[in-house]
Amino acid sequence: MSETLSRVPIIEGWFTDDIDAPTLIGSKCPACGTYVFPPRTGDCPSPLCESTTLEPTLLSRRGTIWSYTENRYAPPPPYVAADPYQPYALAAVELAAEGLVVLGRVATGILAADLKVGMEMQLELDVSHRDDEHEYIVYVWAPAAPASTAPVASAGGGRS
Amino acid sequence: MNNDKDIAILGVGMHPWGKWGRDFTEYGMVAARAALADANVQWKDVQFVAGANTIRNGYPGFIAGATFAQKLGWSGVRVSSSYAACASGAQALDSARAQILAGFCDVALVIGADTTPKGFFAPVGGGDRKNDPDWQRFHVLGATNPVYFALFARRRMDLYGATAEDFAQVKVKNSRHGLSNPNARFKKHNTVEDVLNSPIVSDPLRLLDICATSDGAAAMVVCSMDFARKHLGSTDGLCRVKAVGTVTPRYPQSILELPDIASDSTAVVPAPDRKYKDSIAWSAYEQAGIGPQDVNLAEVYDLSTALELDWYEHIGLCAEGEAEGLLRSGATTIGGRIPVNPSGGLACFGEAIPAQAISQVCELVWQLRGQAVGRQVEGAKVGITANQGLFGHGSSVIVAR
Repeated sequence: MSETLSRVPIIEGWFTDDIDAPTLIGSKCPACGTYVFPPRTGDCPSPLCESTTLEPTLLSRRGTIWSYTENRYAPPPPYVAADPYQPYALAAVELAAEGLVVLGRVATGILAADLKVGMEMQLELDVSHRDDEHEYIVYVWAPAAPASTAPVASAGGGRS
Repeated sequence: MNNDKDIAILGVGMHPWGKWGRDFTEYGMVAARAALADANVQWKDVQFVAGANTIRNGYPGFIAGATFAQKLGWSGVRVSSSYAACASGAQALDSARAQILAGFCDVALVIGADTTPKGFFAPVGGGDRKNDPDWQRFHVLGATNPVYFALFARRRMDLYGATAEDFAQVKVKNSRHGLSNPNARFKKHNTVEDVLNSPIVSDPLRLLDICATSDGAAAMVVCSMDFARKHLGSTDGLCRVKAVGTVTPRYPQSILELPDIASDSTAVVPAPDRKYKDSIAWSAYEQAGIGPQDVNLAEVYDLSTALELDWYEHIGLCAEGEAEGLLRSGATTIGGRIPVNPSGGLACFGEAIPAQAISQVCELVWQLRGQAVGRQVEGAKVGITANQGLFGHGSSVIVAR
């Protein structure tokens, strides 16, 4: 059934629909190098910069939790809540390289009790909701796999 | 500490807070008439009406200055209508103050009133408005207002060791303060158990940690010191507005604030030393030429219990991370060193957005005049308000007598 639904982002242009390595799409100022999320065109937000353009850029997939919460009740529309409603968590994640804190839903099934300020998170994709024709995809934060168990660590051998 | 930037508050008035669903202008008229009577000023003598707008009540709400001028009876009076989200009332006061200090008028009415819907605030207006950040935060994230309150609460827990009981104690304190306030909506003394037994809304915040939305109205009559002298024969003992801080953030706003989806970037320009919510009160302190050690009471925006603790730090009552200690010491309870929210705060009122910042100033006036029956901060001479609005708004007003 789900293969008959077309997969569409919940909002256009905020993230790449890359199942293996989804990435947030932000904007970067070509003049001063500052970052913006959600992505937009137009003027640089810095009062110290006179650039009138911003360029799309991919943001870091990993960051650390600035804070988090859990919605025990369904938010009102335009949020599309499942019936029956299931509580879900939200996390604001700090991206070190970009100096941004980005709010996102947390992956289904991971609740506030599983989270902590400072915890490392990684961007993933999840299904927000479905209608008769579409499956709406949303970016979510999920606990990052510990570095020690990541495949790259064994490949990297004696680097540490 | 008197200077040529002072204006006088001649009269204040409110309509009690509640949830009646009547036209917001009905409440506003009660507050306006009460403030005019308290000031002993006739409506025909008011030269300027500064209205604080409500965005949930159709066109009359967007033009609050004119709406109330017409309700009171067209007199040719000049008007302004301010919208600054929760800081709208303070911005209306600032507008009246600027008119008075510029010499364009002598006496002004500042007014805000609201009628609110039930439940979570949702974006105003229907339809898919995909470029509206307010629509985006609800649709993409389900980020209600309590979500943001909860992010700040959780940081206090994980970074400073705050507990659910600390948050509950803020509600206990404020519910006791508001018991005898005739304008408060909730007059029930809550216990820690009441709070901890209420359902979690946005973890870690429970229903009784989060302020309700209310109907209500507040108004004040403000004037030049010259007008006050002629009107009363003397300015002795008058409450004076010493400062109205209404600064916006400085780039980069590095704290994720309601209703943003992301902070500004600190990659190129470092975050300012003074974070936004600190700068609101400090701009007021600088205008008034005083510091936190000089104030006797504070009315702060307890949208949640945990946010009241944040405000202790933002307005300089204690250092960052020490608010729980200050609360536990009893300093912020009436009878303590620096009572906070002697009115009962939003915990007892619920939020009537355009009226709320004005109502904070009304409470300072009653406190400084010694008229806060049942909740009096003895000997109070200087008070400060602090308030946060969406979209880069906030306000802090200092009143001295």
